[in-house]
Amino acid sequence: MKKILIPLLLSVLPLLGWSAGPSIDLDKIRTDVTDTASLQRGVQIYMNYCMGCHSLEYGRYNRVARDLKIPEDVFAENLIFTDTAIGSLMTNAMSRQDGSDWFGIAPPDLTLVNRVRGSDWLYTYMRGFYQDDSRPFGVNNVAFENVGMPHALLELQGLCAEPPTPITDRRFDPLTGRLITEGGCSSYAIEGSMSTAEFDEAMYDLVNFLDYMGEPIQKERERIGWMVLAFLTVFLVIGQLLYRELWKDIH
Amino acid sequence: MSSSKPAFMEWLDQRLPVTNAYEKHLSKYYAPRNLNFWWVFGLLATLIFVNQILTGIWLTMSYVPSAEEAFRSVEYIMRDVQSGWLIRYMHSTGASAFFVVVYLHMFRGIMYGSYQKPRELIWIFGCLIYLLLMAEGFMGYVLPWGQMSYWGAQVIISLFGAIPVIGDGLAEWIRGDFLISGITLNRFFALHVIALPLVLALLVVLHILALHEVGSNNPDGIDIKKHKDEYGRPLDGIPFHPYYTLGKLPMIIIFLMVFTGVIFFFPEAGGYFLEYANFEPANTLKTPDNIHPVWYFGAYYAILRAVDFSLFFIDAKLLGVMLMGAAIALLFILPWLDRSPVRSWRYKGIYSKVAIVVFAISFAILSWLGIQPATALNNALAKLFSVLYFAFFLLMPFYTKYEKTKPVPERVPE
Repeated sequence: MKKILIPLLLSVLPLLGWSAGPSIDLDKIRTDVTDTASLQRGVQIYMNYCMGCHSLEYGRYNRVARDLKIPEDVFAENLIFTDTAIGSLMTNAMSRQDGSDWFGIAPPDLTLVNRVRGSDWLYTYMRGFYQDDSRPFGVNNVAFENVGMPHALLELQGLCAEPPTPITDRRFDPLTGRLITEGGCSSYAIEGSMSTAEFDEAMYDLVNFLDYMGEPIQKERERIGWMVLAFLTVFLVIGQLLYRELWKDIH
Repeated sequence: MSSSKPAFMEWLDQRLPVTNAYEKHLSKYYAPRNLNFWWVFGLLATLIFVNQILTGIWLTMSYVPSAEEAFRSVEYIMRDVQSGWLIRYMHSTGASAFFVVVYLHMFRGIMYGSYQKPRELIWIFGCLIYLLLMAEGFMGYVLPWGQMSYWGAQVIISLFGAIPVIGDGLAEWIRGDFLISGITLNRFFALHVIALPLVLALLVVLHILALHEVGSNNPDGIDIKKHKDEYGRPLDGIPFHPYYTLGKLPMIIIFLMVFTGVIFFFPEAGGYFLEYANFEPANTLKTPDNIHPVWYFGAYYAILRAVDFSLFFIDAKLLGVMLMGAAIALLFILPWLDRSPVRSWRYKGIYSKVAIVVFAISFAILSWLGIQPATALNNALAKLFSVLYFAFFLLMPFYTKYEKTKPVPERVPE
């Protein structure tokens, strides 16, 4: 056992440095899962560009349709590209073995990716691809060095010639609360169909959708939370009156 | 009284001591009238225990204890089970809240000398509850079968391997496998859901029975049974119910506001209650970026890591495990380390007061250090505060004996 334990501790303890923060700067983003229109645009991008490789296997189509206020028939017609039933889990046809053969590592399921990585990381990652001819797919990523994934959104963003630099001044629009995006990619090797600003908006929507996907109940959870706190506040007044009535003959 | 009792109660009381028990433990259990807010945490711990049992029962209805299905079934609870997310968050937040409340409850005992004669057994039952609670919390954390569940269990169980001669066999026996596996998960499920809660419930009963035999301590450490009225009721005592049950409602509600605040607005509590890495299924081939125990084990983990030197023939790892064990074991003999003639720190001398404050600070800082990266500075700090932690216990027989104490009043001061 010691043969396992020592390398285990040695390999694990240095990794405690994680909370010192990742070595790269991340773009800051403030997601808003109450922005249904944004979530609808997000799921549209996801279903068209991501779903082929990355399943959302803990979620169900009809739950997404309901939460995002998309009628089920419209959802089935436009966003499900197989004959899967609307109540099914959101799996895809790529087996782990195939994924592993094609990309070196099977594309992970992304249902919970926002809870693992965080929105800032995802936003930086999605905007972080750049040209690198030394890599098998000709691209590398600023947030995930030597990532095995090709640039799936190349036709939208284009291909960045230089590693994009994250925005560090974190300015937010006072009205929408969203990040004012600038910087990022400075020169393109291949032009995409979207402008930089359009692509940033699209990636905001996509990350927003993944935030929703990680915990579909979160909007409802906070709504119930306010009611619970309101109830407890009233209850506290009653409790305090009861306490005073009880204890007045003691003091 | 008995004449006004309903016939059914009359019938029942002749066969089962219902009224008798109600009076002995609630309406005629006289608690000191000067209990302050520190005396709410025992009640809150009971409340959380009930919460854990109830939410736990409902979680087991949908949870599947197997390496293949555990993670998926937790997400199924979070998404498909009606109110499953709420039950799960109540349980996960309850686990951390349990430790918050128990730590404050234990610190109350230390401040006011509640462990001293004649309450040594209450204290020992309490320490046993704490020990089992740690096992319960650890095993519960393994059940969602995320990355941190798996690797945390791997590291913690490996610690048993540090014990000479039997260590390797013991660790293997606990796991039931050469590594943490589905076999380990299933036995942890059995222990977490049946064995430990059963023993915990029994110990809670013993803890309370022992308490009600000798009576509650109070912030002044006065023995209220010395002065009684003509009916044998302590002059400074008031019935536990309703004064310390309904009368504690405001404090219970304030606790519930914080508790539900976490559940509904910060269920992950910044990664302290639910760790981010645990939202990724256990992967035996990939270690997470950062392995550390949950916050409530932080202090002991910091002590373990602080030992990076060998002593005589004992290597660093074994020494660390021994000190970690000693840190917990010392709690059990606390009643015999304290030689002070007074209970409450209000009447103890300056050394005791300083020692208690330094101990509290040390424990808090060690808890924090346990979940921080192991840098050179953090290691030096962990060493310093580990020494202070042990000094509190090991020097106690001396500073409590030789310091000048204040006289304790006969009756509760107005």
